[in-house]
Amino acid sequence: MDWMKIMSAIFIVVMLVFLWPRAGQMLRESRKGSSSEWLVVVLLLLGVAGFVAFLMHGMSAKPI
Amino acid sequence: MSMQNPTVTGRSESLLATNQLIRNTYLMLSLTLVWSAAMAGVAMWMNVPNWISLVAMFGSMALIWFVLPRTANSSAGLLTVFAITGLMGLGLGPTINYYLHMEGGDQIVMTALGGTGAIFFALSAYALTTRRDFSFMGGFLMVGMIVVLLAMLGNLFFHLPALSMALSAAVILLMSGFILYDTSRMVNGGADNYLMMTVSLYLNIYNIFVSLLNLLGASRD
Repeated sequence: MDWMKIMSAIFIVVMLVFLWPRAGQMLRESRKGSSSEWLVVVLLLLGVAGFVAFLMHGMSAKPI
Repeated sequence: MSMQNPTVTGRSESLLATNQLIRNTYLMLSLTLVWSAAMAGVAMWMNVPNWISLVAMFGSMALIWFVLPRTANSSAGLLTVFAITGLMGLGLGPTINYYLHMEGGDQIVMTALGGTGAIFFALSAYALTTRRDFSFMGGFLMVGMIVVLLAMLGNLFFHLPALSMALSAAVILLMSGFILYDTSRMVNGGADNYLMMTVSLYLNIYNIFVSLLNLLGASRD
């Protein structure tokens, strides 16, 4: 395992250490969303996923 | 005798402050994106090695966590934001060079750029025009981020291409959620510093771009 991977692993661990308490705090303090609010989010993210799938399909279909 | 209604005056002042926050954030975001692209261009031209990329990432994260919160309310905050985005642009150079050297690499990079712009503009426009409150997503997004980071840590050791693609897709969805969340915080309150908002939105765009590059590069393969 080269040192670049070790450094990348350290980078991710440091990010986790910093984000962990923030995540706990946000989980406690965030208000609960209603089912209609979550439905809007799901539809928007499905739109993003569809768009990305369209771009990937276009990329793989291009003649080389 | 003053005829002003204090409630109306308070609301119009709050609306003015919100509009100013949005205008300053998007102006600063545009400047930092141009600056970051210029730094990425310099890194590509100088053909900087991959380890510079990692050092730049460490440097930018240190600035985000330790320096930006202390300088965000002063003029030094402007310099900090340009230092963060400049370092991140510099770190992006080797990645873009890698994709440009693939067959059809210019198409991959341009499609990732256009796709990132389209996702950002569509989601921002939705959150700005509907003024919906997406503050309920905060906890979910942070937990999602931690799960993705843990999976990335695992994939450093296992090298599963399918997991790498799934993680890139997950990052795009998470960052899309963060765009809605951050924009909603600007519109509905919860954020009052345009420098902090600029860095948040910049990180969302940056991560979507890098993940799209990974997905498009893999689908070309």
